[in-house]
Amino acid sequence: MNQTETQSIAEVPTWAGGRSPLAVDKKKLGMWLFLLSDSITFTCLLVGYSYVRIASPNWPRPFEFYPAIVKATLMTGILLTSSLTMVLAVHAAHKGKRSTTVKYILFTILGGVLFDIIHISEWVNLIVHEHVTPFSNPWGSPLLGGAFFGLTGLHMLHVTIGVIYLGVIAWGFGRNKFSSTDVEVSGLYWHFVDLVWMFIFPLVYLINVSPK
Amino acid sequence: MSAKEEAIEHQAAGSTKLFLWVWFGLLILTGVETLMAYEDWALLIMLTILMGLSLVKSAYILSYFMHLRFEKLGLFLMTIPVFVFLICMMLLVLYPDSVRLIHMRAL
Repeated sequence: MNQTETQSIAEVPTWAGGRSPLAVDKKKLGMWLFLLSDSITFTCLLVGYSYVRIASPNWPRPFEFYPAIVKATLMTGILLTSSLTMVLAVHAAHKGKRSTTVKYILFTILGGVLFDIIHISEWVNLIVHEHVTPFSNPWGSPLLGGAFFGLTGLHMLHVTIGVIYLGVIAWGFGRNKFSSTDVEVSGLYWHFVDLVWMFIFPLVYLINVSPK
Repeated sequence: MSAKEEAIEHQAAGSTKLFLWVWFGLLILTGVETLMAYEDWALLIMLTILMGLSLVKSAYILSYFMHLRFEKLGLFLMTIPVFVFLICMMLLVLYPDSVRLIHMRAL
């Protein structure tokens, strides 16, 4: 009888082999690693923007209470609520409640779509009515447009991809093609999108509210 | 309890009530941030407080919504040091440099 057979599970070292040391599914681990790399990408953009924001004496503060701050706060609330519905979907998936899971995922998708619609309306207002481009604006430092559209555009792209991803997961899970782990992995992505917005909202909008 | 039942219970950790409380807390913090934006404070003070609140909110999202609080320590140690490093880079290296730039312009 070899040593491992005489040892209980608790006595076998985690790194002895044959077990997952992190106790996570490989898809979940892969998503976590992707999110780490994506967070580095967003941090680079956020730091680059923040650096020029702090260092520029003529940085414009164009965001009026209405419509900019009201819309941005509403978007934050919508994204937080969609994160709640997503975590409830994951919870239901692990308990084997298929129709409840799909329902909550559809609510999450609705939140994402609403977020995109409001954000696009804001972009249209800035581009068409305020004449802001990535290279110029009528108020001050020309870096405002590039920073704003770059940051929020990349985030909006992530939201849009997330909406499509969740649609696929909802369709597949409803037909018993995907497991609860797949729902959880898609949930991680969605929460990450929400997490990034928790930094973009104060750094881009709240720091730049129009002075009284 | 079998190993499979234990795995399911681990994965389904947390309750609807807990998630609702976290969501509500995040909404409150968002409201506080928005109200604070209209205070007449210096830029760096405003930035510090807003970043601090954002870090608190992201900690709640990571812990409860992304389930990190209920995961094994190894996964926590794999992910959190990266975020800590990013925040340190922001606060200790880059922001002081941009502040120095303002002071140099003023001279």
